[in-house]
Amino acid sequence: MGTPALEVDRLTVRFGDATVLDGLTFSVEAGTTVGVIGPNGAGKTILFRALIGALPSEGTVRWAPGTRIGYVPQKLDIERDLPITARELLLAKAKIARADRAEVDHAFAHVGLPPAAAGKPIGRLSGGQFQRLLVAFALIGRPNVLLFDEPTANVDEAGQESLGETIHKIQGEHGLTLLLISHDLSVVYRYATSVLCLGHGLPCFGPPHEMLTGERLAELYGSPLHNHVHLHVHDAR
Amino acid sequence: MTHADLASLGLELSMAVAAGLVGCFAVMRRMTLAADALSHVALPGIGLVLLLRVEPLWGALAMLIAGTVLIWGLERRTRLSIDAVVGVVFSAALAIGSLITSGEELIDALFGGAGKVSGVEVLVGAATAALVVAFVLWGRDRLVVALVSPDIARTSGIPVERLDLAFLVAFALTVALGLRFLGVLLMGSLIIIPAATAKRLAGSLRSMFAIAIAIAVASVVGGAWLGAAFHGQRGPLAILVAAAFFFGSLFYRRNG
Repeated sequence: MGTPALEVDRLTVRFGDATVLDGLTFSVEAGTTVGVIGPNGAGKTILFRALIGALPSEGTVRWAPGTRIGYVPQKLDIERDLPITARELLLAKAKIARADRAEVDHAFAHVGLPPAAAGKPIGRLSGGQFQRLLVAFALIGRPNVLLFDEPTANVDEAGQESLGETIHKIQGEHGLTLLLISHDLSVVYRYATSVLCLGHGLPCFGPPHEMLTGERLAELYGSPLHNHVHLHVHDAR
Repeated sequence: MTHADLASLGLELSMAVAAGLVGCFAVMRRMTLAADALSHVALPGIGLVLLLRVEPLWGALAMLIAGTVLIWGLERRTRLSIDAVVGVVFSAALAIGSLITSGEELIDALFGGAGKVSGVEVLVGAATAALVVAFVLWGRDRLVVALVSPDIARTSGIPVERLDLAFLVAFALTVALGLRFLGVLLMGSLIIIPAATAKRLAGSLRSMFAIAIAIAVASVVGGAWLGAAFHGQRGPLAILVAAAFFFGSLFYRRNG
C-alpha cells in the first residue's frame, strides 16, 4: 500500500442514544478514489462531517500532514436574495487560501459555468449552476483531498456526465485523493478505486468488483435490488 | 454648532458606519430578531452602574460582552438555535434590568437620552467604531464563506466558532456605541433596518455595504436635523427615517 492520505480508526458518532457510526475503521491511499455508498440515513454525510471535525466523535481521524481539503456538501439552504455574487464567493475563497485571481477564473471555466453567472447573486443561480460553483470553490487553493457529497445532485443528465468527467480529469491530473458519496452506483463503479459501504449490517470496505455485487448490495440496502441497479452497474462497465 | 455638538455628531456618524457594516452580516446570517434582542441584554448593566453612580456606558459594555459570551457558550453547548438562546437570555436580562432601574433612568436606558458627551466618551467611541469597521472589512471573506456554509468554512481553514464569537462581540460593541443616543430598544434597529433595506436593493456584497452605510448615516443625520427642527428626540426620529428608507425600498424590484 502507498502513502495513506487518511486513516480512520474506530470512528464512532452518537446523537444522544442513537449511534450513527459505530467503530468505523478504514484508510485511504493518497491519489485514489473512495466511493461511499449506502441507503438514506446510513450516515454517509455524518461520516464526512466527522472527518472534517464538524461533529463531536470518538476514535481517531488522522489526515496526512499538509492536507488541504476541498469540500462540496450535499445541499445548502441559500436565501434567494442573498447579495453575494458567484465571483465574490470564489474571490473570498481565493483570498483565504492565498490563491491568485487567475485561479478563480480557471476554476470557473473548469466546471463549465457560463461567464454571465459570475456576476449573479448565488441565490439566483439554478440548482445545477450552484452545484458547479461549489465544485469550483472546492478546487481553489490547490486542495490535495476532495470530499464530494453527491456533487452532481441537481445537475441535469448531460451536466452530470460532463461534471463527473471534469472531476475525474482534475483528480487524475493533480493526483488528488477523492472521497465521493454517490447514489449513482455506475459512477462509483466507473471511478472508485475502493468502496466503503454504510448501511444495514457491518460496514464494508474493498475494491468495487467485490463490494458492488448483487448479494452485497441487497444486504447493504436491506432489500433485494431492483433490476435497474444491476443494469446500471453492468452498463457502466 | 459647538465643538461638543460636532464631537457628538462625529461619534454618531462613526456609530452609523459600524452599524451599517455589522448589520449586513447580522441580516445575512438570519440573526435579525436575535440581533435586535441582543441589544436589550445591556439593560441590567446600565441599571447596576446607575445604582453604583458610574458612567452607564461601562456597565452596558460589560453586560453586553458577558451576555455575548454566555449566548455563544450556550449555543455551542446546547446546539439550540441562536434565536432561542438569545430569546431566553434577553428576557431574563430585561426582567433584571427593569427591576433594578427606575423611572426616568429606565426611559433613558430604553430609548436613549440627550446630554453632552464627554471627551473620553468620544475617544473611546471613535476607537471602538474603528475597531468594529476594521474587523468587518478584515474578516469579510471569512464571514462570507462561514455564512454560506460553516462546514465549507471549516475545510477552508476558518475557525468558525471563534469567528462567530468575534462577530457577536463586534455586534455587542456596536450596540454599546449607540446606547447613549438610541437606547437598548432602538439601537438594534439602526443595525438591522439599513442592512435589511440594503439586502433588498443590492446585487453584490460591495453594493450592500455601501447602501447600508449610506442609509445608516442618512438616518442619523436626518434624525438630528428633524430633532433640531421639531424639538423632538433625535434617536427615535433617526429610526423613523431608516424605516422610511425600508418601506421605500419595497417599491423597488431587483432584476435577475
